[in-house]
Amino acid sequence: MSKDNEKSRYGLLIDYEYCTNCHSCEVACKKELDLQVGQYGIKVVEEGPRQNPDGSWEWNYIPVPTSLCDLCSKRVEEGRKPTCVHHCQSNVMYYGTIEELAKKMEEKPKMVLFSK
Amino acid sequence: MSEEINKELYKTAARWQEGEYEVTRTAVWTAPGCHCSCGVLLYTKNGKLEKIEGDPNSPVNRGRLCLRCINMVEQVYNPERLKWPLKRVGERGENKWERITWDEAYDLIESKYNDIKENHGVESIVTLVGTGRNAMWQPAVITRTIFGSPNVSFGFLSADSCYQPRMTANLIKAGDCLIADCSQTHPLREARPEWKKPEVILVWGNNPLVSNGDGFLGHWLVDMMRLGTKLIVVDPALTWLAARADAWLKIRPGTDAALALGILHVVINEKLYDEDFVENWTYGFEELVERVQEYTPEKVAEITWIPKDLIIKAARMYANANNGAIQWGLAIDMQMAAMEASCLITDLMAITGNIDVPGGMVLQRYAYNRGKKYGSGLENISEEMLLKRIGTYESPIHESGYTPFIPPDKLLETMESGLPYPVQMLWMQGTNPIANMAGEAPRVYAAMKKVPFNVVVDLFMTPTAVACADLVLPVAMSVERNSFRSWWTPLRALTKAADTYEDTKTDEQIVLDLGKRIRPDRFEQYNTDVDFLDDFLKDDDGVDYDFADLVEKVQDWWDWDYTYKKYEKGLLRQDGQPGFVTPTGKYEITSTLFDVWGFDSLGFHIEPNEGPHTTPELMKEYPLILTTGNRLWGCFHSEHRQMPTMREIHPQPMMDINPETAAALGINEGDWVWIENRRGKCKQIARFNVGLDPKVVRGEHGWWFPEKEGAEPTLFGVFDSNINNLTTMGVHGPTHYGAPYKSTICKVYKVTPENDKELPSKIVTKLGGFGYVKR
Repeated sequence: MSKDNEKSRYGLLIDYEYCTNCHSCEVACKKELDLQVGQYGIKVVEEGPRQNPDGSWEWNYIPVPTSLCDLCSKRVEEGRKPTCVHHCQSNVMYYGTIEELAKKMEEKPKMVLFSK
Repeated sequence: MSEEINKELYKTAARWQEGEYEVTRTAVWTAPGCHCSCGVLLYTKNGKLEKIEGDPNSPVNRGRLCLRCINMVEQVYNPERLKWPLKRVGERGENKWERITWDEAYDLIESKYNDIKENHGVESIVTLVGTGRNAMWQPAVITRTIFGSPNVSFGFLSADSCYQPRMTANLIKAGDCLIADCSQTHPLREARPEWKKPEVILVWGNNPLVSNGDGFLGHWLVDMMRLGTKLIVVDPALTWLAARADAWLKIRPGTDAALALGILHVVINEKLYDEDFVENWTYGFEELVERVQEYTPEKVAEITWIPKDLIIKAARMYANANNGAIQWGLAIDMQMAAMEASCLITDLMAITGNIDVPGGMVLQRYAYNRGKKYGSGLENISEEMLLKRIGTYESPIHESGYTPFIPPDKLLETMESGLPYPVQMLWMQGTNPIANMAGEAPRVYAAMKKVPFNVVVDLFMTPTAVACADLVLPVAMSVERNSFRSWWTPLRALTKAADTYEDTKTDEQIVLDLGKRIRPDRFEQYNTDVDFLDDFLKDDDGVDYDFADLVEKVQDWWDWDYTYKKYEKGLLRQDGQPGFVTPTGKYEITSTLFDVWGFDSLGFHIEPNEGPHTTPELMKEYPLILTTGNRLWGCFHSEHRQMPTMREIHPQPMMDINPETAAALGINEGDWVWIENRRGKCKQIARFNVGLDPKVVRGEHGWWFPEKEGAEPTLFGVFDSNINNLTTMGVHGPTHYGAPYKSTICKVYKVTPENDKELPSKIVTKLGGFGYVKR
């Protein structure tokens, strides 16, 4: 696993199978970073809905951390989780080192890992 | 990576100091509105709310929080909030007010009350309330205990079509309310040894992830899905849940009773029901066996537009599950056959053996039987005064006391006709009818204008207040208020953490102040709002502790609510015998009460009053079926439109249309379109929705624009995009329950400069309305 100057790189792991587009991460982040309308530290993007050839539906949401995301450094320092992770209504977000998140990623499909 | 709760930061105490912040661990429930009460941590400094977090130690929400609560600081300190009592100085509709003191406001109310009492009778005071907010017992006490009037109603919600049909069906058949068991009744949640996950959840007529209706936190469903629960979804539109369901039943709006009969047909004829439960605990099964025979899957497929094979698949899947839950919702209430569908779906819960079993449908009461809610104060109304309730004696279910409300449709007729007596005063607390729940909103607007004296108690200046209020009272928000919640379980403290904003008062304080003035005899024992709460917690064999103790506990889980198979244990009936709280003591498939009231004692299909089968001629002009009321993440009904963070997510009203239909009409995605039928029209922005039948369109409700001019003719644009320009009042099924809010018809066409010269708000407020003559 790559290291950044001996320091572990951190990230967010997202289990997008269960992201419902509830917007809690977006708003929690706006409040934490005190962002104005139009600015996002994390933004949910949509893929679908679309019908697959077998008739099932494809409809995915993935929250994408932006360059404004600092992984809630202040909160983390205080011993809290990043606010998006804390408030996610589907509990689909995990914070940690890339190494431990990559390990968790082996547990199930439809997960995506963002490095910061 | 840690998934553990940091116990240093997230304590289980009720209050603690954390650096510069005082932290209050509590729950919030109104205002702003919502049906749930999630556990929160309120971080305050010098009496001001600075931050909020979901409480990870609350078994209810376990840290998760929706965007509206996360945005609490913006809500509480929104500069548009009402700050002090306002008395109208211009004409109604001019939005001209003067600031007055609370004493002056109370003087005005008292003098109007005295005049009405002297000259008209107190029954001509009518109170209107909103939905499921923590403003239930408070307006009820003001109306009945203080004013002495028996008339309390939803704010013109036609045919009580919000949970009342489903609740009533549960009560007459099972004696108590039935709730999908996602482990929420016990603090250990999924770890409780007796609990089992629902193998299947049938999500019927709601999108709980967004709506969180009736106290059910929608994302509990996601918790269940992770554990392996399979879904069946009944919805005319594709939802996130439907996209992940094993079976999505894309129903024609308003035909849910037929679908229930079709499913029951399969369950009964294939003998998939629980023979032991049916044999020992039900009454009238044979009649249902006979009734379902005419509703073959083929016939039901024709009525509902759901393929026959899917109906059969769903029936087998639900009935074959060892334990299956039904998470049902508002769409069932908002149709002509609301009561019939509710009864039949309740029967499906029962005969499959899912009543009061783990992972099934649990029988629930308000925690510790606390809170009379909308029925508060009825004990202070004499028999003679009860007889003066408007419209009540035209509806047997209302007359029998299954609802504490008077029928809203009858109230409207009374206000229009002055019969049996003219309404002299409306007291509206936590409701904004013309923006939200009133069917045929322009008609309701005209009727409210006729009432001589109206009071609105709210957070913001609303279109309803501008249109017809003479006095506007500002209320405090949840974080500024001491109160409690007993809607299902657990019993929860709502602890005041922040100072009340400007010169606002809590709903409880308004009750106390008015009570002390008008009925001191009934209020001498109360000195503070907390005195009330102590009384409400303890009276009639309640808990043995005070509100202050509940604040320390934060929440208290009632063992009755988490006990399974209560009907076997004699825990339901007052006589302590096994059985249900029904006349026969059994679960009543054939309702003995319906027999007494002269209704068909079994459910049946009723066609929507407008549609392809009932009004084929009318459909030539209005060829699309219109459904409404899908929920928005950031707005609770007509609320939250003032919040910049919520409006960023929901800038404008959106209507859903299948791209194929749009193409045929020359409509592009993002175009403003008129949605119109013979009652009226409104405009919304077209959004393509491939998951909607090409013959169905869907319009949002609750839209008004606080950023626009408040005075008429604009009136915050309340009629411009108001889907209730197209809905009905006075149209309902035989039981007086259920109006076709979600199953009417319309045409859709592009907004052009030529057809957009007069906005609907001006048409309604200045030009005499849309010209529809009620037939």
